[in-house]
Amino acid sequence: MATLRQRALDWIYRRPEAQAWALLGPGAFWLLAFFLVPILIMFVYSVMPRGIYGGVDRGFTLEHYARFFDPLYLEVLERTFLWSIACTVICLLLGYPVAYVIVRAGRWRNLLLFLVILPFWTSFLVRTFAMIFLMRDTGLINNWLLKLGIIDQSLTILYTPFAVMIGLVYGFLPFMVLPIYASLEKLDLSLLEAAEVLGARPSARFRRVTLPLSMPGVVAGCLLVFIPALGSFLTSDLLGGAKEMMIGNLVQNQFSAARNWPFGSAASFIVMALVLAAVMIYLRVKDQTPGGSALK
Amino acid sequence: MTAPPKGQPVVQFAGVSKTFADVKAVDNVSFDIHKGEFFSLLGPSGCGKTTTLRLLAGFEEPDEDGGEVRLLGQVVNKKRPYERRVAMVFQNYALFPHLTVAKNVSFGLEQRKTPKAEIGDRVRRALEMVRLKPDVFSGRLPSQLSGGQRQRVALARALVLEPAILLLDEPLGAIDLKLRKEMQLELKALNKQLGTTFIYVTHDQEEALTMSDRIAVMDNARVAQLGTPAEIYENPRTAFVAKFIGESNFFEGRVAERSNGQWVIRQANGQCFQVPNHPSLTEGREVRIAVRPEWMDVCGPDAVPPGENALAGVIREIIYLGETMHVIVTVPDAGDVTVAVRNEGQLIKPLQWKRGDPAAVAWLPEDCQVLEEA
Repeated sequence: MATLRQRALDWIYRRPEAQAWALLGPGAFWLLAFFLVPILIMFVYSVMPRGIYGGVDRGFTLEHYARFFDPLYLEVLERTFLWSIACTVICLLLGYPVAYVIVRAGRWRNLLLFLVILPFWTSFLVRTFAMIFLMRDTGLINNWLLKLGIIDQSLTILYTPFAVMIGLVYGFLPFMVLPIYASLEKLDLSLLEAAEVLGARPSARFRRVTLPLSMPGVVAGCLLVFIPALGSFLTSDLLGGAKEMMIGNLVQNQFSAARNWPFGSAASFIVMALVLAAVMIYLRVKDQTPGGSALK
Repeated sequence: MTAPPKGQPVVQFAGVSKTFADVKAVDNVSFDIHKGEFFSLLGPSGCGKTTTLRLLAGFEEPDEDGGEVRLLGQVVNKKRPYERRVAMVFQNYALFPHLTVAKNVSFGLEQRKTPKAEIGDRVRRALEMVRLKPDVFSGRLPSQLSGGQRQRVALARALVLEPAILLLDEPLGAIDLKLRKEMQLELKALNKQLGTTFIYVTHDQEEALTMSDRIAVMDNARVAQLGTPAEIYENPRTAFVAKFIGESNFFEGRVAERSNGQWVIRQANGQCFQVPNHPSLTEGREVRIAVRPEWMDVCGPDAVPPGENALAGVIREIIYLGETMHVIVTVPDAGDVTVAVRNEGQLIKPLQWKRGDPAAVAWLPEDCQVLEEA
C-alpha cells in the first residue's frame, strides 16, 4: 500500500540514526555472520582438547597455545615475519617509483593503471603455477640462460626462499602501487611549484613535500602488503617446497593433513595478535615521524 | 643579492613568446620593470598574464626563438625556479598542508641554507610583518587557518626570503571583498616600505588601478597597453582597454573637418561631435571614440551647454547604484549611452528625470578618448 510505504519512508527520513542503521545493517550482518561468528568458533576450538579422530572434545585447555612456543614453530613464525617484512620493503622500493611515473604519464596513465591490475584477471593459483614453469630447473629462465651461454649448469631457483620472495613480491606489488598512486594523484602540483620557487631542488622537493604528502598511500600500501603476506600459504607452498614453510602453511596443515583443529586455531590466534601488535606499533611510529601525524 | 645598478630594470621581457601546442600564450611581449615598482599584469582569463608570470618564476621556458627573460640583468630563459631567487605568492596559497605555519615560513630559508640561529628570528619578523601574532599562529597547521590568515602566511613565506622580486598570482581572488580591500592597501604599503619589486597578476581592474604604479593590460597574448593607472584609464589606446578598464560609451564616425584645433566627427546618422586633436586623426578616416560615463551629463534636449557635444535621445532606464545613478539614454542609430550621475540623495534631492523622458547626453570635446585601433 502506497500510504503505508510512504509512512515508513517518512519515518525513516526523519531519523538519521535509523537511516544509518538501514545502510549499515546488511553489511554489518554479513561481517557478523561470516567473520565474527567463525572467529568465535575458532577461539572456542582453540581452548578445547583435540578429538582423537579430528574435531574437538569437551573440556578446557591452554596446551595448544603453550605448544606453539616450541622452537620448531617459533622458527616458522620468525621466518614468516622476516619474509613478510622483506616482501613489504621490496614492494615499496619497486612500487613507489612505478606509482610516481604513472601519475605523471599523462595520456598513458589509464593504460598503465590497467596493466597494473591486469594480473587480477587470472587466478592467483594459476599465475603461481605459471611461475613454476618459469623457475624450475628445466624452465624458461634456465633454458634461456643456458642458450645464451651465461650459465653452463641449471640454476636452482624453484623451491628456495628466493623463489618464494619473487612470488610474494609479484603477487602483492599491485597492492602497494595502487594506494601510493592514489595519494600521489591527489598531490596539488602547485605545492611542488611552491617548493621549487622557495629554492628546493628536485631531491629536496621530493623529500620535504612529495614523500610526506604521499605517506597515507605508503602506509596503506605497506599494510595491504604486509598483512596478507604474513598469512599467505599458497606461494610458499608451491614455490618454496617443504622445508621453508610459512605460518600460513603450518595452519593449513593443521586443519587438513594433521587434522589438529585446536592447534591450528591457536596458531591462527597467536598470529592474529602479533599482526595486530605489529600494525599498531607501525602506525604509532609513523605518527611520530615529522609530518606524519599532521595527515588526515 | 647585489642591487642592480640604478636605472637598470630589475625585470626585462624582450620579445618573449611562449607557445603551448600551437596556441600562442604569450606573443612577442616586451616590457621593463624597475626596482621597487608595483607592476600589474591585468587582463581577462586566457590573455597570457599568468603564463607571463610563470615565465618569470621559471615554471615555463620561452620558445626556442622566443626572446629573452632577464632578471637583474641576467638572461634566465633556461634557469630553473630554484636558481632564480624570486619569491611567489600563489593563487590558492599553496601552503604545505603537512607543515606548521612556522615550518611553512622557514621552508625557503632552510632550502637556501640560512644559518639556523637566524631562521627563528626571521620567521617571527615575517609573521609580524603580515600582522600574524607569531605566538598564536606558529604552531598551527594551514587547515586550522581562515582564508585571510592563509593568505598572510603565504605572503610571509615569500617575504621572509627578502626577495628582490615578488610575484603574486591573483593572491586576493579567494577572500571576501572587505578583507580584500584591506589587503590591497597592506600590499601596497609593504611594497613601498620594503622596496621590493611587486609583479601582480589580476583580472580585477579596480584592484590593479588601486595598487599599481604601472599596469600592463594584456589581451590575446599581447600587451594591449602599458602605462600608469591614470594613463590607462584616461587615455586607453584600444577599445579593448577602454572596455576592460572601467565602463565606456563608444561612438563611431568619419573625420569630417578641422575647426579651431579640433576635429569634427560625423556619425552615420548625420549627428556631429567634436574631438580634440590627436595624431591618428586625418580627414576621411573612420574612427572610434570612447567617453567615460562619469564624464557625461544628461540635460534637456534644448538645454545643451554651449561648446559641448550632445546627442539627443530618450531615457530608457535609471539605475540606482548608491554612490552614483546610471541614466541610460537610447540615442537613435547610436544605441544606448550610459551616463553616471552623482547621487545627491534621491529622498532629498531626487533626479529630475524619469523613464521615457526625451533628453540629451552632453560632454566636453576634450573628454573624448580617440582609440587608435577599432
